[in-house]
Amino acid sequence: MIPGGALLQQIVNGLTVGAVYALIALGYTMVYGIIELINFAHGEIYMIGAYVGTISAGVFLAAGLPVWASLVLAIATAAALTSLYGLSAERLAYRPLRKAGRLAPLISALGLSIFFQQYVFLAQGAKDKVFPAAITSGGFVLGSVRVAYIQVAIILVAAALMVSLQAFVGKTRMGRAMRCTAQDPVMASLVGVPVNRVIALTFVIGSALAAVAGVLVVMYYGKVNYLAGYAAGLKAFTAAVLGGIGNIPGAMLGGLFLGVVESLAAGYIGGEYKDVVAFVILVLVLIVRPQGLLGVRVPDKI
Amino acid sequence: MRSAPLGTAYRVAAWTAVFYLMTLPLLGPLRALWVAVAAFAIQAVVLFGKISPAHRERFLSVVGGRTHLASWLDSRPAWFRTAVPVAILAIVALSGLGMSPYTLDVATNAGIYVLLALGLNIVVGMAGLLVLGYIAFSAVGAYTYAILNTQMHLSFWLALPIGGALAACFGLLLGLPTLRLRGDYLAIVTLGFGEITRITLNNWNSVTNGPNGILGISPPSFFGFPFTQPKHYFYLVLVMVALTAFFSRRLERSRLGRAWVAMREDETAAESMGVPTLKLKLLAFTLSAFCGGVAGVVFASKQLFISPESFNFLESVMVLCMVVLGGMGSVPGVILGAVLLSFLPEVLRGAAEYRLIVFGAAMVLLMQYRPQGIWPSSRRFEEFRQEK
Repeated sequence: MIPGGALLQQIVNGLTVGAVYALIALGYTMVYGIIELINFAHGEIYMIGAYVGTISAGVFLAAGLPVWASLVLAIATAAALTSLYGLSAERLAYRPLRKAGRLAPLISALGLSIFFQQYVFLAQGAKDKVFPAAITSGGFVLGSVRVAYIQVAIILVAAALMVSLQAFVGKTRMGRAMRCTAQDPVMASLVGVPVNRVIALTFVIGSALAAVAGVLVVMYYGKVNYLAGYAAGLKAFTAAVLGGIGNIPGAMLGGLFLGVVESLAAGYIGGEYKDVVAFVILVLVLIVRPQGLLGVRVPDKI
Repeated sequence: MRSAPLGTAYRVAAWTAVFYLMTLPLLGPLRALWVAVAAFAIQAVVLFGKISPAHRERFLSVVGGRTHLASWLDSRPAWFRTAVPVAILAIVALSGLGMSPYTLDVATNAGIYVLLALGLNIVVGMAGLLVLGYIAFSAVGAYTYAILNTQMHLSFWLALPIGGALAACFGLLLGLPTLRLRGDYLAIVTLGFGEITRITLNNWNSVTNGPNGILGISPPSFFGFPFTQPKHYFYLVLVMVALTAFFSRRLERSRLGRAWVAMREDETAAESMGVPTLKLKLLAFTLSAFCGGVAGVVFASKQLFISPESFNFLESVMVLCMVVLGGMGSVPGVILGAVLLSFLPEVLRGAAEYRLIVFGAAMVLLMQYRPQGIWPSSRRFEEFRQEK
């Protein structure tokens, strides 16, 4: 049994990881909500984001910029450049298959995920990519819990992004077009919604969020590997299903919940089985409440 | 699509810039430039080259068209269609006599992949459900044989059905909660299952000996005649491949196979015509898992050593690639795909690290230009054409 202080510590660590899962899960859930595709390559997009962030942070630091500015710029660069991966993936791998049944896009997505993974491997090698600045050292102690500044930053950035995304989807014209397309793409295009552009935008936003998550994680753990996208993608997908796939607040809730449960499991059961927890949760959710925590059950369209 | 040349030029410039910027951080300025040049060239050829819609149509119909050999064979009389596989089997069996031990070993591995691909084909090709962690079922089979054999000296022939049945049980347990839902969930849950299996095998030291794997598995023996040479395994696997292919072929035409087709094409319609879709999905899934388990037992008995590393995600992807490339739902296609892809690394030794990236790209391109695979079944060919 671990003492109460350690419990709180695990919860704080879990919330940090959970915020990251939530950010990645948003991409899954938005894409699924709009074209009913599980975008397997999304985990890889997150990994690419982490690489782009690490590399560009190195460039900015070498250019003599102060650390904080380099970090902010690295996050922005990663978001901007990684979103292009989402954009071209949609255009080249998914759009031609939009009317091709269900199996073909899934296989295409899987192929793309392998392609991205191997592309990073060939470009950057199999060794861990180490983040150029050590950021994990700073922090403060609250009661018996040690909180690193980077943890606070992760949670704050994630929260800010989620709130703005929610506002974007709920309040703006483009957001309304998105919800419209999610409900019925044919009808949406009939009333003048530029469906292709809306879908492309969904991929761009999802990829940018995943890239931010990637940079935040590489700052937190200090390194990234070309295989990192696989496990993170699986977990973020679990988070999306847990919250109710297609549902944006659900993805956030699911991510945080999964992060905390996983962190507690690592504390109580043992770190090596940490990755099993996400999967067990996924199967349990599918048995007990397949529509997820916040989702609504939708009958299959005929 | 707008035809204004200026708009098109802007678009080409924009996409070229996208590709340059996108690859810049990971590839560096010079290699990113090559990517951008390639992106520009491809667009230029497609847009400004003399490719008329008629050319394009023609290209698509050639690339996506019929496999002439396949349709020629389909139009032969029944005795001829039976004679061809028998003849191929005989040729392969005879040529086994003249192969070097190394070639025999490669061919045996290819045979094991054929077993796996035929098993996966039941669920992906016939029932139309995507299963991603397929290799986990063969891990179950392989470890069943390894553990029971090293601990209790269970014979290979008994382990075959036991390993298969155990894998099938796992399949059933996994399928029950997920198959009621949309097929996509099955893909991700099996992906997770594959990963969990590997993690468990890696960490459950008392039973699986963790990452070190299990050594000292005894080879099979046939009425007291032990399998010691590569050619023994070659013929064992060949017999199993022949049997599995035969049953797959029979299954395809059976009442069950036709029900799967109905379900794959339109689940709602099938359901409303009284096809018990949940049961059929479970059956496909379990049967496929059984084949995976059996292939795993054979694998363990050939390697005599297994470790979790033999059952990683990329192996699952490899098997799926074989099914997709050959032609989902087509038994000769799947065999062809498995043989091609397992001999390919032997041929392309120098380009080994590029193998996977090519597979990934090939899956994306195949789905767009030739979803039916190289040797499609005639029914599947028509279906893919209709979906377009």
